[in-house]
Amino acid sequence: MALPMASSPAHHHDGLLPRMLAPDAHANAAPLLALRDFTVAFRGESGPVPVVRGIDLTLASGEALGIVGESGCGKSVTWLAALRLLGRGAVTSGEVLLSGQDITRLSERELAGIRGGRIGLIFQDPTSSLNPVQRIGTQLGEVLRLHRGLRGKAARTEALRLLDRVGIADAARRLGQYPHEFSGGMNQRVMIALALAGEPDVLVADEPTTALDATIQAQILDLIRDIRRETGMGLVLISHDIGVVADLCDRVAVMYAGRVVETAATQDLLTRPRHPYTRGLLAALPTLDGPRVRLTPIPGTVPSPDAMPPGCAFAPRCPIAIETCGGEIPPLVLAAQDQRAACLRLGETATQPGMPLSTLAASAFAEAGA
Amino acid sequence: MSPLLSVDDLARQYPVAMSGGQRRLLHAVDGVSFTLAAGRTLGIVGESGCGKSTAAKLVLGLLPATRGAIAFEGEPVTATRDRAWRALRRRMQMVHQDPLAALDRRLPVGEQVVEPLTIHGLEAGQDARQQKALALFEAVGLRPDLFQRYPHELSGGQRQRVVLARALVLGPSLLVCDEPISALDVSVAAQVINLLQDLQARFGMAYLFISHDLKVVRQIADEVAVMYLGRIVEQGPPEALFHAPTHPYTEALVSAVPTPLRGTRERIILQSDPPNPVERPGGCAFHPRCPRAIARCREETPALRQVADGRLAACHLVPSMAAPVPVAA
Ligand SMILES: Nc1ncnc2c1ncn2[C@@H]1O[C@H](COP(=O)(O)OP(=O)(O)OP(=O)(O)O)[C@@H](O)[C@H]1O
Ligand SMILES: Nc1ncnc2c1ncn2[C@@H]1O[C@H](COP(=O)(O)OP(=O)(O)O)[C@@H](O)[C@H]1O
Ligand code: SF4
Ligand code: SF4
Ligand SMILES: [Mg+2]
Ligand SMILES: [Mg+2]
Repeated sequence: MALPMASSPAHHHDGLLPRMLAPDAHANAAPLLALRDFTVAFRGESGPVPVVRGIDLTLASGEALGIVGESGCGKSVTWLAALRLLGRGAVTSGEVLLSGQDITRLSERELAGIRGGRIGLIFQDPTSSLNPVQRIGTQLGEVLRLHRGLRGKAARTEALRLLDRVGIADAARRLGQYPHEFSGGMNQRVMIALALAGEPDVLVADEPTTALDATIQAQILDLIRDIRRETGMGLVLISHDIGVVADLCDRVAVMYAGRVVETAATQDLLTRPRHPYTRGLLAALPTLDGPRVRLTPIPGTVPSPDAMPPGCAFAPRCPIAIETCGGEIPPLVLAAQDQRAACLRLGETATQPGMPLSTLAASAFAEAGA
Repeated sequence: MSPLLSVDDLARQYPVAMSGGQRRLLHAVDGVSFTLAAGRTLGIVGESGCGKSTAAKLVLGLLPATRGAIAFEGEPVTATRDRAWRALRRRMQMVHQDPLAALDRRLPVGEQVVEPLTIHGLEAGQDARQQKALALFEAVGLRPDLFQRYPHELSGGQRQRVVLARALVLGPSLLVCDEPISALDVSVAAQVINLLQDLQARFGMAYLFISHDLKVVRQIADEVAVMYLGRIVEQGPPEALFHAPTHPYTEALVSAVPTPLRGTRERIILQSDPPNPVERPGGCAFHPRCPRAIARCREETPALRQVADGRLAACHLVPSMAAPVPVAA
């Protein structure tokens, strides 16, 4: 089915085992996907500009991990670079482990077999990733030939099944059409069909519904949920919308300025966030339920990569920053069971369990009188 | 007292060429009526292409209407660019989604706030105009040292503040905001939402606030109109509409909002896409997607009328004023 080198990573296990026992890998088996101290820098006029500054993330088999953060924090770049899709302008370091195998060491040809194969990809704007001058059927056929070795009648039958599966009616006629003949929501369904064609172990979806209307977004989220239920496929869902991530993901990683600042089970992150940035984000969100209260914004703006503050990058906006925050980069440490945060003041900001979300989210900010 | 803005049966059609070569009419806005009182906020929500921006341009006299009437401060609004039009334009200003596109790249932002004063011949002398602009800078929370900066030297949130300062410097009584925070990050969007509320409290202008984001609209609006294919299908206070929607489309829209902590709530998944406005379905335009449609919905267009708690709804299934409906106010 999948290309040989993609499906037999087990032989690397011995050499990599010590790394697998990184603190958050609680199972014995290698996690499905892991980033280890992964960095990305872009070549700039005055030297490389780091935009992803040391990320450790683990995705267990079948797990859904959400990545949230404001624009420019490195959500997309992390995963594009991990799959070597950024071209020569981007320099990376660290490891990207797929079932224990470091795919940063693979040849371009080997990696091409993994992209669209074991790792499926969908992006925010489907029109930019679909080929505008190729029929949908041709594009699906290509993936089925490359990753599944299917041709002719078998490929067509499978293509029909896939379109049908993603909810595109009249699949036989649709195979002969071009992307511009489809609506935005239908193109996103085609993208999902293309990603599913390789029977991926994990789907990396970058803002898959951001360009879509609310009712169409609901359809697509529903579709992804159903497919995961059927296939057990893992998911990395990148979104700036915590609501979208909470809807689909078991666990969430919050990124700020090129780093993961907090990671926890979704419910824990929402009900007892520990990092001041996560708390700030939640307090800044308007809601549909509950009483209408004045929002608590985070003061200031996200720093740009070429003017990164020293120490904790959140310090200039953090209501509880102290002097040491400007001098020391906080490591991502255990803050509670299965919850990690990168903040130097975790000990002092622990909160009682059971505190309502609104109070809790605003508390870090109220404390400082912001 | 008459309302600040009143819109009556407003419509705008566009002739469009179909693939077969024949010409058809696209009903972008198709019979919209509402009023807006001074100092209040009317939110307009709806999906892409439902006519929100077209309605905004009509209200501002930037686009001629095909049908209907607009009255602003007691004067009729037309799109004829005469003296009366320019005088009205001073009193109604627009804020767009993309502040960078709204600003002149070659001009320091401070000068762009002074400019409207110069154009309209307000405030005697350059000094007075400068002072006025600086006061607005302060009001929108911009440091005076940013006065000399160019738009590309500011963050997205700062640019939107400049756009607000420029809109407010003429002392308008109506601000039409078309997705004013959609391009901003969460943390900065919250700053701008609070700022809009503070500015309204301080200067007293009314907002026509357009957004596809129900949460943002609920935060800022006194009254909300939900649009579908060029028409208002439900209108009322945000708490009523978002907590107890009566129109099946509002209901689906509300249920589609992904909300942290709402848990496994029943989500209504609508079938298919909104239809092309050129092929507006007959009867109730929502009927092909409506989970509750009955036979009558295909034939008869429901009128927007008052229902029990005083809100407006356009659906055959929502009992009108006479019959009591349980609504959580
Ligand atoms: N100049 C034009 N010529 C033809 N059709 C137009 C024109 N301007 C707008 N339309 C159509 O009118 C309808 C309403 O458009 P409008 O821009 O008002 O939508 P909107 O509700 O603001 O959508 P969005 O949320 O995407 O901004 C759409 O179908 C649009 O394609
Ligand atoms: N091709 C590129 N060249 C230089 N810088 C880039 C490039 N692509 C992204 N960046 C920068 O990298 C940072 C992270 O971007 P990105 O991952 O796209 O953010 P997001 O979290 O919004 O997905 C941003 O500062 C962005 O401007
Ligand atoms: S390390 Fe300091 S500045 Fe950073 S989040 Fe924690 S308290 Fe705030
Ligand atoms: S009138 Fe009929 S089709 Fe229209 S919203 Fe009501 S029930 Fe649905
Ligand atoms: Mg991105
Ligand atoms: Mg618009």
